[in-house]
Amino acid sequence: MKRALLTGNGSAAWGARLAQIDYLPAFPITPQTEIIETLGKWIDTGEMNCRMVTLESEHSMLTAAGTAAATGVRVFAATSSQGFLYAMEMLYTVAGWRVPFVLVNVSRGLSAPITLEPDHNDILAARDSGFLQIHCSTCQEVLDSVLMAYRLAEHANVRLPVIVNLDGFYLSFTREPVEIPHAGLAKEFVGPYAPQGMTFRAGSPVSQAVAVLGGSPYSYFRYETHLAAQNGVSAFSEIALEFEQAFGRRQDAVEAYCMEDAELAFVMIGSFATKAKDAVDRLRKAGWAIGLLRPRLLRPFPMELIRKALAGKLGVAVVDQNLSVGKGGVLFTELASALYGMEGAPLLLSFIGGLGGRDISPEEFFEMAAVTRKAVEEGKAPPPRLLYTEEELREVRKLQAIAHVERRELEAGR
Amino acid sequence: MNETRFQRKKDLPSTHLLGTGTPMCAGCGGLEALHQIYDILGERTVFVNAAGCMTLLATYPFTPFRGSWLYTSMASAAAGAQGVRDGLDILLAKGEIGSEEDLQVVVLAGDGSSYGMGLSATSSAIERGLDFIYICYDNEGYGNTGQQFSDATPHGARTATSTGPRGFPGFKKDLFAIWAAHKPTYIATVLGSEPLDLARKVEKAKSLTGPRFILALAPCPTGWDYDPKDTVEIGKLAVKTGVWPLKEFLEGKVVHTHIPRVRVPVEEYLKTQGRFAHLFRPERNEAMIAEIQGMVDAYWASVS
Repeated sequence: MKRALLTGNGSAAWGARLAQIDYLPAFPITPQTEIIETLGKWIDTGEMNCRMVTLESEHSMLTAAGTAAATGVRVFAATSSQGFLYAMEMLYTVAGWRVPFVLVNVSRGLSAPITLEPDHNDILAARDSGFLQIHCSTCQEVLDSVLMAYRLAEHANVRLPVIVNLDGFYLSFTREPVEIPHAGLAKEFVGPYAPQGMTFRAGSPVSQAVAVLGGSPYSYFRYETHLAAQNGVSAFSEIALEFEQAFGRRQDAVEAYCMEDAELAFVMIGSFATKAKDAVDRLRKAGWAIGLLRPRLLRPFPMELIRKALAGKLGVAVVDQNLSVGKGGVLFTELASALYGMEGAPLLLSFIGGLGGRDISPEEFFEMAAVTRKAVEEGKAPPPRLLYTEEELREVRKLQAIAHVERRELEAGR
Repeated sequence: MNETRFQRKKDLPSTHLLGTGTPMCAGCGGLEALHQIYDILGERTVFVNAAGCMTLLATYPFTPFRGSWLYTSMASAAAGAQGVRDGLDILLAKGEIGSEEDLQVVVLAGDGSSYGMGLSATSSAIERGLDFIYICYDNEGYGNTGQQFSDATPHGARTATSTGPRGFPGFKKDLFAIWAAHKPTYIATVLGSEPLDLARKVEKAKSLTGPRFILALAPCPTGWDYDPKDTVEIGKLAVKTGVWPLKEFLEGKVVHTHIPRVRVPVEEYLKTQGRFAHLFRPERNEAMIAEIQGMVDAYWASVS
């Protein structure tokens, strides 16, 4: 084990390296590119024994990832945002093939308008794809999650591809101290790749991914996939325990921070949850009984763990870094469905923020806490809030006004 | 390259590998070609399939193939072939499988995928020098969805989306030339009704490595609107009229394996198919028949 200052992208690359991947189908996209560049360099210097191939699109990349895994090798791939959506057909397809490999997504807001900075609409678009999802909030977690993701994907009761998600810029390009596990220990933890009969060999012909006719065989395979995904919750707990024994770090399916005596809680995923953690610390100093609940595992959805953690709480502020246009926060909807009908369920409040990399300030966390406390006192949740300050709106208006003036002057000068 | 084991028709395989009872249409020219191609390629193949009619060949839990099969998507079969080839190469290099377990990786795709949606993935696979065979069964339209026109539809053909008196206004894309521009190892056009020519070409493709392309014209009774019993005859006419040149590309050169010395007028081919019936009824469209004949003539003028 050694400690190093690594970016989130560097941590993802280290995870893939330590997992002893055989195959890296690649395609560049900001802010993910550093991952494939780092791995490519290690392959060139001989530090990794892996075959890398650059495809002409993410759609092809995901296809090659799936077919290589179906041939019986350990596969890693990485993408972001528009590329992730470009590959969407194959995300659903390869999950249906039940091929166990790991895909890192470096979250980035979706077009339009086109942007580079993060939110979670890209990764949540694959919510129902069959890929399992692990959401990271630190660089250390990125490395650890990639190792755990291989165990989860290749688990005999699961056998599904897994996405490890990290936020663009906030994690991808931010250096944090990261413990890099000893290669031998990591190899022992991940274990050799076991194709479990999923191979192409001349001596044992097989048909994979064949068509079905009619709803009955189709439903059979979809249900099988769903049931396997659900096995992922207990599988993840086993893996987390083993991981802790091997490396001394606990990466539970759901992180509960200061939750035991909390009356109020934030619920968030991803790197912005570290901002919520900081707000919890400050609010606690001011006498608030508040905590943070952060689902690390979003698919399969750890429903029982979330219900247990929120039982007896009074108010919960769900902060969504995504927007289901015309509906609201996706995480809020997930939480609402998880808690519906639960006796003594807390009041749920919905906040949308952090879209396209927009910051969420400590003051906004304090405000969300205050709004949540007030709602508890009144016994009624306010409508969902879209975080945006008057100053921001003024700035946008100012830019628009400047652009108008500039245009007028240009036209007058012609 | 005259060292073919297929000198005459009786040299063709007498046992057939592809099973019967598939859901293909009666008289399917694509299946006719695939039967013959598979007999030469043998069962040590893995077909990587793109969305099209033949996706239904392997329908859970049955398959007519003795070898392996994987359905991918409409756009990315060539990328799928890349993953399988790389996977096998990785396992061979690591010594986890022996060469006796190796497979020929074969893309099987229709013209909708090959000429259009799948071309980007195919182009980059050729550029990477992928060791694979790509088979396109070309029935000149999106056949599986009821024969709408595709990039492979010939000028003037009536399709479900070109029903007017002039048929399809566009021109068939020259996929052979597009492949040739990539300088792959081998390209050949074939046709199920010319089994000896087909066998020699598939045999040659099999003996080579790198990107190899077999482009099979696939007469289609449902899409082209003719009686299924006429598939072989229409195929023969495609060659005799010069509509479907039999040729190959090897070491940078295009060679025609059959040059019809006296070409049958193209209308003899057009007349056999309902998709061209509007050129003859209610009255002959002389201009259009002449235009199509002119295109065929111009092609062959450029050959000799």
